[in-house]
Amino acid sequence: MRKLVIVGAGTAGTMMLNKLYNALDLSEWHITIVDKEETHYYQPGFLFIPFEIYNRRDVIKPKRDFFPPGVDVIMSEIDRIEPDKNRVVLSNNRILPYDYLIIATGSRVDPSEVEGMKDKLWHKNIFDFYTIDGACALRNFFKHWDGGKLVIHITEMPIKCPVAPLEFAFLADWYFTERGIRDKVDIHFVTPLPGAFTKPRASSILGDFLEKKNIKLITDFTIARVDNDEKKIVGWDETEVPFDVLVTIPTNKGDEVIARSGMGDELNFIPTNKHTLMAEGFDNIFVIGDATNLPSSKAGSVAHFQSDILFENFMDVIEGRKPSAKFDGHANCFIESGFGKGILIDFNYDTEPLPGKFPLPGIGPFSLLEETKMNHYGKVMFRWMYWNFLLKGVELPIESNMTMAGKRL
Amino acid sequence: MPVKEILGKMIEFDDDGHLKNLNEWNEEIAKELAKEEGIAELTDRHWLVINYMRQEYQKVGDAPSIRKLTKESGVDTKELYQLFPKGPAKKAAKIAGLPKPKGCI
Repeated sequence: MRKLVIVGAGTAGTMMLNKLYNALDLSEWHITIVDKEETHYYQPGFLFIPFEIYNRRDVIKPKRDFFPPGVDVIMSEIDRIEPDKNRVVLSNNRILPYDYLIIATGSRVDPSEVEGMKDKLWHKNIFDFYTIDGACALRNFFKHWDGGKLVIHITEMPIKCPVAPLEFAFLADWYFTERGIRDKVDIHFVTPLPGAFTKPRASSILGDFLEKKNIKLITDFTIARVDNDEKKIVGWDETEVPFDVLVTIPTNKGDEVIARSGMGDELNFIPTNKHTLMAEGFDNIFVIGDATNLPSSKAGSVAHFQSDILFENFMDVIEGRKPSAKFDGHANCFIESGFGKGILIDFNYDTEPLPGKFPLPGIGPFSLLEETKMNHYGKVMFRWMYWNFLLKGVELPIESNMTMAGKRL
Repeated sequence: MPVKEILGKMIEFDDDGHLKNLNEWNEEIAKELAKEEGIAELTDRHWLVINYMRQEYQKVGDAPSIRKLTKESGVDTKELYQLFPKGPAKKAAKIAGLPKPKGCI
């Protein structure tokens, strides 16, 4: 029997499991998936919780609903991966030897990286919305807030879903307008980047949206510490931004197990070949999703496109060929812009987001880099697609590599 | 491709404003690049960072992130921001004649 071990049963790990399960002969393969948590979180849904659009129930399902029969499921912490010995060691010292390993351990926020962030104001006046607890705490705060200075803040790049902080700003503008107190809420968007987003053309268009919605943009701000007594964030150059409520995206890091295994960079992300998705230096380890160090967005859509490429390369490698499929960095993000509208962007390593129609050139129904109602419906529908198709490894009618068709230069 | 004259030599830059050809770099050019970034004089501490960055680039093919810089160059974050105000990783890479760090996406 050949042994495949998948570590991490989030979006990427579950997708990979289902894709490979359908292709591998189970009389020849023993497949094991390991995760420490029973609950699957629909992470894109966290964004909507503070604004009472979704609640906790809308974004959780048991992980086991998505595991096919005949797969060995282990719910356990992992102590370490020993890539030189081809084995995974669980926290109870049980050893899982493998012939092939797929690492999908994701990334998580770590507010303790910044002095004073996880201090006495944490989840009282300082919130994150990248965890379910943070999102729910923020919802409870917003419900009874009568206005003041709201600072939305990115600590450092890279972060999961780089558009989420912008969506948060747009939704806050909408939410407080609906509540009739928008004139009492002063919204600031504070980023370490030189603009609203990572890519120049989208950055300028999204920056215009911020201005239109009366959200003030503060760029090139790198946080040194949070002052809990005076309620302000302080940059390394001593510039200060005061707040009444701070919604921050803390530093994003790969899982600690990657550090314990000596496989990560300074943020615990795994050096990965940007085209083949194999871990650098190993010919039997693949990495997918947020766990990689790739210069692509950390997002479910990216993990989905990667899963097609990883699948092909996995089949190549186990059948003795060189990996032939190349990941191009493709990302596709619906950006909720408030008032029932959305913006869509589609890009890869080399091509920044451009205007046009998607997925059918000239037809759509979605419009790239434009604010439309249809884009919003795409985002709403996506949750259903996620639970029913994406996680189960069912093909979606979108190419895994980006196409220029339908885009305007 | 933008071309600028520095110390009587025509030098090519990439679209991010970083030196196009690594081999055209020397310490005199670094001093001129620093002036353009608003750093009047390069001290020993500046050079420590610049030299570390160049070594790292030769080793791994990418300029190090700010996190790696503080961990390994021997200069802490606060001082890095004093030496290279605003983005130290980007600014130091520019002066060191290296392309923009890939981490800055």
